[in-house]
Amino acid sequence: MSLTTGLYGIVLPILAAGVAFAFGRLVRGPSLPDRVIALDMMSTLGIGIIAVYAVATNQPVLIDVASVLALVSFLGTIAFAEYVERRS
Amino acid sequence: MNGYSVLILILTILGAAFMLLAGWGLLRMPDLLLRLSAVGKASTLGTGLLLLAAAVYFQDLGIATRALATVAFVFLTTPVAAHRIARAAYFAGVPLWAGTVRDELAGRYDPYTHCLEGVCEADWLDFPADGE
Repeated sequence: MSLTTGLYGIVLPILAAGVAFAFGRLVRGPSLPDRVIALDMMSTLGIGIIAVYAVATNQPVLIDVASVLALVSFLGTIAFAEYVERRS
Repeated sequence: MNGYSVLILILTILGAAFMLLAGWGLLRMPDLLLRLSAVGKASTLGTGLLLLAAAVYFQDLGIATRALATVAFVFLTTPVAAHRIARAAYFAGVPLWAGTVRDELAGRYDPYTHCLEGVCEADWLDFPADGE
């Protein structure tokens, strides 16, 4: 088993299952903050998936994409939290 | 398969397992604050391990620096974001789990100004002016 098959066969399916779990909470979530943390979790999983994909395809540029996604997801989460707090 | 590949596979599988654990906690925990606690810790560690694996794989100083800077950023911002969401949810009146033992903050927040009783941000700001 080479590294690429290990990544495509084991690691990325596990991460996809994590996205499925987070999406289940996004659909079910009884309150708005539940959905906000589900979205935050999905973007964190996106960072991990992009990092693994960078290794699997040997494309170091994707690491920059992961760091930009980290910045944007933090700003989005803070904005959602502000919105929830103002609305109450 | 050389030693580097084995190390990278171990790091990525560990990181993905932590991510899966975070997703499972997000789906199964009974309460928003418990879900936030599960997600905040496990997903931070999972992201750190996955980006560390990428830094080990590329063996380049610039790429490793960017990956580790991203790890540092995630480690710094995830607790801040979790705190902001928990605070907003507490003000929004999200119900706590039925098995919650104690809520120390109950009744201590001003529902309009969002200040703790006695220690308000506005009071604290003009405290030196009217003191002595």
